Amino acid sequence: MSGLMSEMAAKALKLNIPLSVQLDLTYRCNERCIHCYLDHDDHGEMNTAEIKGLLDQMADAGVFFLTISGGEIMMRKDFFEILEHAHARTFSIKLKTNGVLIRKKEAERIRALGVESVQISVYSHRAEVHDAITKMPGSFRQTIEAVRLLRTVGLHVTMANVLMVQNAQDYPGVRALANELGAQCTLDPTITPMMDGDRSILELNVDKAALREVFRDGALVGNVEEFCAPPQGVDEDALDMLPCSAGHTACYVSPYGDVYPCVQFPLPSGNVRRTKFVDIWRDSPQLKEVRSITLRDMPSCSQCSHGATCTRCPGLAYLEGNMRGPSYQDCEKSYARTGIPSENFKARNASPQSFQSLKLVQIQGLQPAEGIFSAKATEASAVGA
Amino acid sequence: MNNSRYVARSTAIAARALGDETMVMSATNSTLFTLDEVASVIWDAADGVTPLDQIVANKICAQYDIAPEVALKDAEALVENLAQHGILLLSDQPLARSSSSSKEG
Repeated sequence: MSGLMSEMAAKALKLNIPLSVQLDLTYRCNERCIHCYLDHDDHGEMNTAEIKGLLDQMADAGVFFLTISGGEIMMRKDFFEILEHAHARTFSIKLKTNGVLIRKKEAERIRALGVESVQISVYSHRAEVHDAITKMPGSFRQTIEAVRLLRTVGLHVTMANVLMVQNAQDYPGVRALANELGAQCTLDPTITPMMDGDRSILELNVDKAALREVFRDGALVGNVEEFCAPPQGVDEDALDMLPCSAGHTACYVSPYGDVYPCVQFPLPSGNVRRTKFVDIWRDSPQLKEVRSITLRDMPSCSQCSHGATCTRCPGLAYLEGNMRGPSYQDCEKSYARTGIPSENFKARNASPQSFQSLKLVQIQGLQPAEGIFSAKATEASAVGA
Repeated sequence: MNNSRYVARSTAIAARALGDETMVMSATNSTLFTLDEVASVIWDAADGVTPLDQIVANKICAQYDIAPEVALKDAEALVENLAQHGILLLSDQPLARSSSSSKEG
C-alpha cells in the first residue's frame, strides 16, 4: 500500500467511513468451478432499482473503492445499467468476472464507463486444465480473448489464479501468459469452505510441500529470506493491531442485500432492504463487535510467536467457530512459510479431536503546491479492499 | 494571468470526500490524488460554467483569510496541475456542465 493509500485508510478508520465495499450482483454463474463456495441459485437478488439506490447510499456514506463481483456479473441483464450508475456516482470501480461474456463491444463499454481495473479468473495456461476446473468447455479460449480485448482498449487487467491440487504446477505458466498479455497476475493459495459451511472443497487445497514451494518462489514473494523469516514474537504494539480492514473500513454486500464484514467473513450484520446502509455500517452490533477485536483479545493468537506477522483471516477464524480464535488454514500457511508451527497448530496436532470433525458456523442470510492548495498524488496500482 | 478560465471535473475520474479532503483517482492511469480542504472547495465548484476567478472570490476569499491575488495565483497553479493529469478540464470558454455538479459523497 502506498503512503497516500495508508493515509487515506487511516483517515477513513478514524472517521468510521466504509472506504471499500465489494458488492456481489448475483451468485448465478455460467461456469461451475470445482472450488467455488457459492450457491448459484437465485434466492431473490436485489433488482435494478434496489441496487441503484444502494449505490447512492454507499456514495453518500463515503464508499470510494467499489468492487463489483459475483457469481458472474454479466449474467445480469442490467449489468451495464448498474455500471453506468456506479460511474455517475464516481466510485473507483473494479470488476471481477470470468470474462466469458466479454466481447469487443462490452470491453469498449467497460472502458468508457471509467472502470479502474478488471480481475479475471484464470486457473491455468493450459486450456484443458482451466476448462476442467471451470467445468465449461471452451472457457479458457473465451476468457483469454476477454483479457486481450480489455487490454486492447487500455484497461488494467489482473489474472487471478487460485491454487489447488489440479493446477498446482501451472502458476508459472499463468504468470508468463499474463506477462505476454500485458496483464498483472495474482495467486491465491487458499480454498475456502462453501457458503453453507460444507468443507468438502477444502480437499482441493494443495499440500504443505506445494505451499512451501510457492512461498519460496522469489518471483511471487520477492525477498524469500525476509518473507519466510522466523516469527519474532508479539510485542505490546502488535497486541493493539487490528486484524484487517474487514468491518473497519471495508465490508461486503450480497446479491440479497445482506451486509457482512467481508466476502470471506460471513457474519450477518444487517440487510439493506430493511435498514439503510449507513445505519448498518455505524450501528450494527456485529460490526461493532468485529471492530472491538485486537490481537490482545485473541487468547491463542496473542500468545503465538506468529501473532504479529501471521496473515490470519478473521473470517476464516469465524468459519471455524470463533472470530477471536485462530484460523487453522492460516496456521498452516504460517508453518509452510516459516517452518515453525503456530501454538494452535501444535495444539491441534496434539489433540485427539480432529479439525475435520469441528462443527463449522453455518452461514445464514438475514431476511502539490506549497501554497494554500495542495494535491498529493501517487500511483495506486494496488488499490483494493 | 487570464481571469476568465473555466474548470470542470473530468468524467474519467473517481472522486469522494473524505472528511474535509477529497480523494480523486484518474481512471486512465490510476493516479490517486488527495485534495486538501481549500483545493476541495475549488474541486466542488468546478462546474465548467463558473469562471475560476469567481470561484476564488466567492468560495475561497469569502471563507479564508487570504489576499485575492495570492489565492488566484495558487488556484491557477492547482488547476493547471490537475489538468495536466487529466482529472480537471481547463478552458478559456465555458465548458459543458460535468456529470455530477454536486459534491461527491
